[in-house]
Amino acid sequence: MNALDVTLWVVAPYVALTVFVLGHVWRYRYDKFGWTTRSSQMYESRLLRIGSPLFHFGVLVVALGHVGGLVIPKTWTEAVGVSEHAYHLTAVVLGTVAGICTVAGLAILVYRRRTVGPVFTATTRNDKLMYALLAMTIALGLTATVMANIVGGGYDYRTTISPWFRSVFYFQPDGDLMAAAPILFKLHALSAIVLFAVWPFTRLVHMLTAPVGYLTRPYIVYRSRDDHAGSRPPRRGWEPAGRP
Amino acid sequence: MTRVMAQLAMVMNLDKCIGCHTCSVTCKQAWTNRAGTEYVWFNNVETRPGQGYPRTYEDQDKWKGGWELNRRGRLQLRAGGRLKKLLTIFANPLMPSIGDYYEPWTYDYDRLFSAPVTEDTPVARPRSLITGEPTKIKWSANWDDDLAGAPELAPADPVLRKMSDQVKLEFERAFMFYLPRICEHCLNPSCVASCPSGAMYKRSEDGIVLVDQDRCRGWRMCVTGCPYKKVYFNHRTGKAEKCTFCYPRVEVGIPTVCSETCVGRLRYIGLVLYDADRVAEAASTPDEKALYEAQKSVMLDPRDPEVIAAARASGIPEDWLEAARNSPIHKLIFDYGVALPLHPEYRTMPMVWYIPPLSPVVDVLRETGHDGERAGNLFGAIDALRIPIGYLAELFSAGDPEPVRAVLRRLAAMRSYMRGINLAGERDESIPAAVGLKGGEIEEMYRLLAIAPYGERYVIPKAHAEQGAQLEELATGCSLDYDGGPGMGGPFGEASGPPAPVAVENFHALRERQSTGELDRADELRGRVNLLNWDGKGTPDGLFPKRKDES
Repeated sequence: MNALDVTLWVVAPYVALTVFVLGHVWRYRYDKFGWTTRSSQMYESRLLRIGSPLFHFGVLVVALGHVGGLVIPKTWTEAVGVSEHAYHLTAVVLGTVAGICTVAGLAILVYRRRTVGPVFTATTRNDKLMYALLAMTIALGLTATVMANIVGGGYDYRTTISPWFRSVFYFQPDGDLMAAAPILFKLHALSAIVLFAVWPFTRLVHMLTAPVGYLTRPYIVYRSRDDHAGSRPPRRGWEPAGRP
Repeated sequence: MTRVMAQLAMVMNLDKCIGCHTCSVTCKQAWTNRAGTEYVWFNNVETRPGQGYPRTYEDQDKWKGGWELNRRGRLQLRAGGRLKKLLTIFANPLMPSIGDYYEPWTYDYDRLFSAPVTEDTPVARPRSLITGEPTKIKWSANWDDDLAGAPELAPADPVLRKMSDQVKLEFERAFMFYLPRICEHCLNPSCVASCPSGAMYKRSEDGIVLVDQDRCRGWRMCVTGCPYKKVYFNHRTGKAEKCTFCYPRVEVGIPTVCSETCVGRLRYIGLVLYDADRVAEAASTPDEKALYEAQKSVMLDPRDPEVIAAARASGIPEDWLEAARNSPIHKLIFDYGVALPLHPEYRTMPMVWYIPPLSPVVDVLRETGHDGERAGNLFGAIDALRIPIGYLAELFSAGDPEPVRAVLRRLAAMRSYMRGINLAGERDESIPAAVGLKGGEIEEMYRLLAIAPYGERYVIPKAHAEQGAQLEELATGCSLDYDGGPGMGGPFGEASGPPAPVAVENFHALRERQSTGELDRADELRGRVNLLNWDGKGTPDGLFPKRKDES
């Protein structure tokens, strides 16, 4: 394992993970007001109504697929009787369909962003960087899957990439595994590492506050004035007297 | 034991609204003169019949705001349950677009100065505040003001469409009135119920419905949920915003900006006590026409000793109970029975109520050569005029003409009874008796509706003294840290960073000045020294105001 491989597959993932976690903590503490989807539906909804669900549902399935492929070890699926062939077939079919939905949705959304005047005006440089990284990661991922499985003879990432991915999380990173992977998978992983590093500083943060709690909370929320006096909490050292 | 809660409520007397839009403009100056809220009017005034703002917002078959009863007779959001809300979160199919409100614009004023010398006068062209491009002005928040364009526009009024075809035939005999609208601060707010993040809430002390801007994630479901379309989406910050009932003002006991500046003095603010545990039950009343009475049944009598005891047990302070007993709102809804809720059929239990206008009836009488102030004529007309009554009933009582008729009869009775006193000096007690009131009550109602001073129209208890220190804005923020200011913006540009402070003004001084009984003491300054003429030597008589014990 040379220095480049160590940098790319050992150092970079940890840097990205640290920035991802601490970045979110920092942003949540200091920029709750900026924590929003910043929806542009008000300006245009015809294209959004096709593109946005297509992209979001597609990317949710893709994310679930990544959990299945990267987090769950091959031995586990085999233990419950899922053969390599069966797994592979499901993964490729589901992955390709979801991937195409995601790409199509993203294409519609990017087209909309560029061509609809008000939406383009509301696009920041931050958004553009985020879009580029997101599009690149998705495109590389889909290309890698298609090239390896449909054009090529198939590639079992569950013996190389997945163990590397897990090794990062139990702090025994095995960069060699990744260094041996095909170039498209490498590029996809690198692009994802960069995406996760900028994630907390973009509008992608809305993913972390997906409102699943809505399913269980009571409809009407009551809140007392007491704990929300003023428009912002007093800064440290400036609390009014009379409060312990 | 009942769980008593206090609610700040408003009543507007529509007969006195002249449609001047002062409330809208002052509200906009106070709250929505920022980028991203150009199209937002927390307070707007609509001409009725008309489409309203946003256009046709009352058409709930289209917009699906508010609540409905499901097949099992239980309340559910008309736009769909929790799961459906989450599944449509990526593109809300029921959200109004900017075109349904209007595209805000400014003018190219710079052209007037920078244009080269020509034979033609330079023109300031309109530019869209959304795209920045030159635009054609096609609509606004009150485009159909004073029935402008009514032959084409008014037939699309959802309230008018609910009524039968005879309306269209008789539309030539037009009637018209103004409807000022703010957030209803409902007892059963469907916007709060629609918010996936739980960022919207009802304040347990005074019932004001607010958006927590730090928790709002811009899912936009509240805009759909509100049947009155009074929650707005700030397209710059990506957060929901709405009427705040001017909480920084009412907390120190002064009325909202819209009430304060109302030229016709038609707004009343006061407390209402209600039984929080019975709200859902009342909102589930099967018959829409019974919802008005159901909502009244949730509100409690602040003079009832049992209610007072329960309110104390619920932690409502004494001065608030006192304010509830003096509330003009309670008097207008119960004692005089002249205020009605706006669209009770939405089942949100709105808390901004209206006294329907008698003027369409009076106008018809006057135009047909009758005496529009005589009780007999007015009572007859109220019974006979089906169109204005039917229209008002669609607005204020889910289509049931009886409550509207009863209110108008009382207003008519007040008119003729007071005319009798003023012109002939006689009290015709048969008139109040005909509407179930006593002469004295009519006079009290007349006083409240016509000549009541500031302190009687606005009975607003202050937020509590022991909480006072917390309610003051701490002056520890940077004063340049407002939108557009040098210190503005967070780390990610205009939409990020902490919100600007809402109020840094000391409202006490303003309230003292406005509500003091000493305004008429014009001789207050007589005998005082004009400091401009004082050379700084000695202390001439009158340099300092006299001590109380000397004078």
